[in-house]
This record gives sequence, C-alpha cells and structure tokens, in this order.
Amino acid sequence: MTDLTRLTIAEARAKLAAKEITASELTGAYIDAIETANPTLNAYVAVTADKARGMASASDARLAKGEAGALEGIPLGIKDLFGTEGVHTQACSHILDGFKPRYESTVTANLWADGAVMLGKLNMDEFAMGSSNETSFYGPVINPWRRRRAEQRVTPTFHAGDGGFVQAGGGVRETTSLDNVQLVPGGSSGGSAAAVAAFLCAGATATDTGGSIRQPAAFTGTVGIKPTYGRVSRWGVVAFASSLDQAGPIARDVRDAAILLKSMASCDPKDTTSADLPVPDYEAAIGRPLKGMKVGIPKEYRVDGMPEDIEALWQKGIAWLKDAGAEIVDISLPHTRYALPAYYIVAPAEASSNLARYDGVRYGLRVPGRDIVDMYEKTRAAGFGREVKRRIMIGTYVLSAGYYDAYYLQAQKVRTLIKKDFEDAFHAGIDVILTPATPSAAFGVADEDMAADPVKMYLNDIFTVTVNMAGLPGISVPAGLDGNGLPLGLQLIGRPFDEETLFQTAHAIEQAAGRFEPQKWW
Amino acid sequence: MSVDIATVKRVARLARIAVSDEDADRMTGELNAILGFVEQLNEVDVAGVEPMTSVTPMAMKKRQDAVTDGDKAADVVANAPASMEDFFLVPKVVE
Repeated sequence: MTDLTRLTIAEARAKLAAKEITASELTGAYIDAIETANPTLNAYVAVTADKARGMASASDARLAKGEAGALEGIPLGIKDLFGTEGVHTQACSHILDGFKPRYESTVTANLWADGAVMLGKLNMDEFAMGSSNETSFYGPVINPWRRRRAEQRVTPTFHAGDGGFVQAGGGVRETTSLDNVQLVPGGSSGGSAAAVAAFLCAGATATDTGGSIRQPAAFTGTVGIKPTYGRVSRWGVVAFASSLDQAGPIARDVRDAAILLKSMASCDPKDTTSADLPVPDYEAAIGRPLKGMKVGIPKEYRVDGMPEDIEALWQKGIAWLKDAGAEIVDISLPHTRYALPAYYIVAPAEASSNLARYDGVRYGLRVPGRDIVDMYEKTRAAGFGREVKRRIMIGTYVLSAGYYDAYYLQAQKVRTLIKKDFEDAFHAGIDVILTPATPSAAFGVADEDMAADPVKMYLNDIFTVTVNMAGLPGISVPAGLDGNGLPLGLQLIGRPFDEETLFQTAHAIEQAAGRFEPQKWW
Repeated sequence: MSVDIATVKRVARLARIAVSDEDADRMTGELNAILGFVEQLNEVDVAGVEPMTSVTPMAMKKRQDAVTDGDKAADVVANAPASMEDFFLVPKVVE
C-alpha cells in the first residue's frame, strides 16, 4: 500500500468515500509517522493517540452509514493555543503547566462536528510570540527542510549519500546532499507548519497575529491563510492581541486550505467580533479563470537588503498571473514601513492586558510568596519566558500614565492610515495584491544576530504584519526554492471577506509553480 | 524616548513580574532597542486622523440579558493550583 500520509485531504476524502481506505488506517499511519519523526522534529507537544483512534473508529462507523461530514476521518494537528477539552492546552508556556480546559474552542468544535480526527497538540512560540518557534517552553521545532549542497561527480557505481538521493544520468551523476544545519520552521505556528510539511498530519490549525500562519507556511513550503478579522471565531483560543488575532489553516495545497477554512469558519454568538456572514464554499473558487482580475504590485514591498532570490520569485509570480489573464497594476501603499513599529506598540499593549490573567490563582503554575503580590510576581517571573516578559513590559510601558498618547494613541492613528492605504487601492479597482511572504528563507536555529537584537527577529513579519493591522485576509503560497533549495512563498492580500479570490489566485500560482516537498532526512 | 533601570523596575512592578538587578539591566537595553525602533512613528503626519478602535466596521453584537450559563463551579476551579469548597485559595490579603 502507498504511504497514506502522502495523501492530500482532498485525495484522502475521495479514497475514504470510495471505501478504498478506512479512517482507522489513515489515523494509524499518521500516529506511526509521528512516533518516528517527533523525537527529531519536536512538532507535537502532546500526542493524543488513543483519542485519535477512538475518533477514527467513530468516523468509520459514520462513513459506513453514509453520514460522513466534510472532514470525516481526516487526521489534523491542533496548535497548542486552541482550547481542547481535557487535553493539553498550554500555549507552550510554563505558566499554563498542567492546564486542561473544561471546554472546547469553537474552531476545534467545528472541526470535530465535521468528522475530523485530533492527532495531538502542536508546538508553537510561547503565547504565539515569536517568528522562529524558539520561544516555546517545549524547545524549538526543527524545520523538515534543510539547505542543499550540490556537487557533481563522475561515479559509475551507486552512491548512497548521507541522506542524499542520486539522479541517474549518463556517466555523470549529480548527488544532492543536505547539509546538517538545523533550520527553524518559522513561527509562531512552527509546529503546525513543520507537521504539515513532514507528513505528520493532513492539515493543521494555526493562528496569525502578525504573520504567524503565513511566515511558517513560507518557510516550510506549505499553504497558510490568515482569514479576514472576524471570519473565524476566537472563542476558546488563548488570546495574544485581540484586535489582531485570527485563526486559520496550514495545509499541503491550496485546495486543502480551502476545505479546512470552510469548516473552521463560522458565525459564533460567543465571539462578539465574529462576522454575521455566511461561509462560502471556498473550494468552488478554485479553478475560476483569472481573466480581467486586477493584481496590485505595491512598490513599498521592495525593501533594502532583500535577497535577489525573493525579488526574482516576485517577478515570476507577476509573470504567472499575467499569463493566467490577470492585469498587473503598480500601486502604492505609502504607510507600509510604519506597520511593523505600530504593531510593536499595539500588540504588546493588548498582550500586557490579556496576559494579566496569569496570576497563579486560577490555573497553571503557582510559585509561593510571602504575600499575594509577591506570589503574583514570582509566579509570573518563573512562568513567562524572556520574549513574553519583554512584550508585557513594552505593553505596560506604552499604556502607562504619561506615555499613552505618545505611543498607543499615535500607533492607533497610524493603523487607521495603514488600513486607508489598502482601502484606496481596493477602491481604485484592485482585486488582490501580490507581495513576497517573507524577506528571507528559513534561517538557522539559535541564529546569533537575531538572539542579540529582538528587532531583527521582528523584521521577519515586515510583509505580513500590514494585513493584521488592516484586518484583511492574506494567504502564503509556495512559489519556488532559493539557491540553497529552501522554499519561498508569495503572499496574496484580499478585500475584507474575499477569501475566495485568494484561493482562486493562489491556485493559479500553485498550478504554475508546482508543489514542494522536503527531502526526508529525519 | 528611552528608559532607565529605575523605570524598568517600576514597569516590572506594574506588570507584576519580579526582576533581579541583572534582569532589569538586560531588559533596559532590550526595551530601548524596541522603543528606538518604534520612534519612527513620530514622522507620520496624523493631523485629523481618528485612532482605530475597530478594524472592521461593525456594531457590537448584543444578546438578550438572560442567564445562559452557570452551575459550573467545579469546572471553574478544576485547574486551580489551590482551591477549597469551590473557592480559589490565595495567601492572606487582609490583616
């Protein structure tokens, strides 16, 4: 039998419906794959194998009765940020040690109602604060992608390289070996992206506050969409920055991302910011012709020091969309460069407020103190990691008396201008905006430059953060490999609640670029 | 604007995070790097611009003022580090 973990969600759905495979077989294949790979990749922080087998067997019963849901029997990984009843939910923070909620988040409840199977909880940056998955209390996730070392050698005999493969071709064989530098999968949804790329789940839930779905998707050759603010319920998801947070899927291809978003999205009375709009059939948008579509190319996304590979990829993307019948229009989004600094006021401010609840009283870690304030201070000092503390401190400072107007109010005014830039472009007839997803490919674990300067790490989100600030939908789609053989992504930004256009356009890019899978070394 | 160690300690107190002198010293540098980065926002002309309060124009949904939930005391305290008879236990706060 072929490896069941290689099937996309759409392929597995067809085989399950045709009774060629069972949900129990599919789930079993993933559990085996996780057992083998997870000690190396560290993508899962909790594996719920028994629960998964139980859910798969219930799916088989429903499939037999002809009562299959939209995701019947599809094994998924869930980011540790989503509340899952009775199961590890700790936002990968020490301060939530042992927390097992007595409720289920709306997103995961929607997935289980459609028949999906939970494989476990996925690693992430602590409280979703990070761009490399290195701030997790459970240690970094390792990217299944590694840089390529190409060498040509004349060799008449079969050569089994260290994890390399051999291409046949006359007397000259090109041996591609991988170097052994460990790379980050991006963050904060690093576990989600790595698990999808390494075939450790069919698809995953993720969340995006400044790029946490799209940047890891770009670093791992997967597809990730951050929906419009309000499209997906935030109820039961651990809050980071409430005006920016939005959940979405990471998947192997565009169609799978569309299938997952359809199930995740809903109008939820439990989230007052959830939009009262019907959820369209996103999959139906795939394959629609691009003829007449106006694609905006913002000049401000061409930044100093951007690698040539990324500029070349962007140009390729432009050419592909033009070939598919779209009209390319140069546009300007003049406040782009202010999005990241404004974000680093707004997001920490909201985080400092949201994370006030972790006080050692109601859940998680408690470190005893001589009085209640001492207990709070010791608990929070021991429970939060460095990056989380840094952001709480920034947030507390910019909201403190005397500084509120200079920082927070100014940032919220700039945010209005960032949103207006996009509104002006869409008002002028632009349907979708094409940009690079990240300013670089995946970098090394424990990168010294980034460890020394927090702002360097923050620059990872320079192309994605504008979308959160404006509440718009954005998708990252793999579009090619860089000179080292690492995946790079392109980002498409759409009008509010027009995720359909994103799937339609991303699919055209996917058709032209092909799909990318890491060479297995783990 | 930049912060000194005394300010960092004051902010840590407001945020209820215990910091050692060494932590405060390191954080001073890190916070100043971030504050230096966000300083560029002052270049933006925001005359007459309203601060954003809602990213999507929507009216807050209101539901009927009725009890829809409750009787879950055991669930509420289930994850507490210390509880007794459905109360959270904390160190003594009144002398």
